[in-house]
Amino acid sequence: MGGGFADSLRAAWALVSSFDARLAEIVSLSLGVSATACALAAGFGMAAGAWLAVARFPGHRAVVAALNTLLALPSVVVGLVVYLLLSRSGPLGAWGILFTPRAMVVAQTILVLPVVAALTRQLIADAWRGNGEQLRSMGAGTLASAALLLVHERLALVTVLLTAFGRAISEVGAVMIVGGNIEGVTRVMTTAIALETSKGDLPLALGLGLVLLTLVGVINAAIALVQRQQGAHAQAVAK
Amino acid sequence: MSAVLIEVRQASVRFGSLTALADVDFSLRAGERVALVGANGSGKTTLLRLLHGQLAHEGERRTVVDARGREPTQAMVFQRPFLLRLSVWQNLMVALWLARVPRVQRASQVAQALQRVGLADQRDRPARVLSGGQQQRMALARAWAVQPRVLFLDEPTASLDPGAKREVEQLIAEFAQEGMAVVMSTHNLGQAKRLATRVIYLEGGRVIVDLPTADFFNQSLPDAAASFVKGELGWSM
Repeated sequence: MGGGFADSLRAAWALVSSFDARLAEIVSLSLGVSATACALAAGFGMAAGAWLAVARFPGHRAVVAALNTLLALPSVVVGLVVYLLLSRSGPLGAWGILFTPRAMVVAQTILVLPVVAALTRQLIADAWRGNGEQLRSMGAGTLASAALLLVHERLALVTVLLTAFGRAISEVGAVMIVGGNIEGVTRVMTTAIALETSKGDLPLALGLGLVLLTLVGVINAAIALVQRQQGAHAQAVAK
Repeated sequence: MSAVLIEVRQASVRFGSLTALADVDFSLRAGERVALVGANGSGKTTLLRLLHGQLAHEGERRTVVDARGREPTQAMVFQRPFLLRLSVWQNLMVALWLARVPRVQRASQVAQALQRVGLADQRDRPARVLSGGQQQRMALARAWAVQPRVLFLDEPTASLDPGAKREVEQLIAEFAQEGMAVVMSTHNLGQAKRLATRVIYLEGGRVIVDLPTADFFNQSLPDAAASFVKGELGWSM
């Protein structure tokens, strides 16, 4: 058993270090789909989160509670809903994008949108609590305040984006359902790992696992770096 | 007598069950320099915020439009000014954008404002790494740049060293000489004496004394105000 694992690991490393074409294709599709989804979610989620942090309206608390609940949105549920929407008989069936990378982008965007919006809302709400009066005093309305605080907190927002990317790249349920895990078309790292493991092709599964782990590690290191820079900046300000 | 710019009548401010200001009557005239003094929690900052139009209140608050039908422009400088994580220059440009100053005028007004407070050579530095005194001068530049008729100052020198305090006081005095009406809250009675033409003493959210500066420091005052003045003068002059 131990020898089998070691052999698989050696084979996996050989695949990674030789830049295996199949592996590279899967990795690049994973990165492309997740990065696009995060970019789309960032555009809308950050704006919505910042606005929600600053605006007040009847039902505001309920909206915030609902948003926070969506943080725990199961990826298979997102996959199922997007599948129903995009399937031929669904309301968006005419788009004809089910089982394409576009469908996977749609699913991952919906998955990480609440993450981006909720974390941004929290971040901007903290900044607004301390500085909102001064912004209002200068004549800033709701939209201007939200936009300025987004600029002000841009370093911390990188952490939000990296967190969202980590969630997107490591999820399997949604992309499996709406992508169909079609080789050369919609196969990404997580769905490939699941498939190759079930087929018994452990080297490829482990190789992909190594790449995925490395990516998550890089993301975590980037988050730590951003937070350290923020800490250094805060110290400089305190002096 | 100069024109009234802002007026409140029988104004009260409540935060939940706490009455922070009660039945305040106050008129601010063009060119006046008013110091609000009193112990912590007496209502100085609340009155500033009320005059600046930042608080929900009971009673009347009105700003008086000039002959051209314009409201008096206002700006407020806080004890700890909020500076965006941008350069000094960009912070001032944002302030002018928020004040709806036409785009073509912004750069020259910012340059003048920075020159005015002696920060022209700091224009490209990140605003938040300036020293406390420089940050407060920058906040004054940001306020001055929008050319307000009324400048509100909330304990503008409270956290500054003596040198920085002197610089900021000097700027406030110069702004006032240019015709800006100034309303400032301060714990420092020496500062009130140096800068103000009128001193208002608040206690428990009520205006207890409202006198020209010379009279405030020379006349006999009600007991609470008199003991406040005695207690303060010993260490704050």
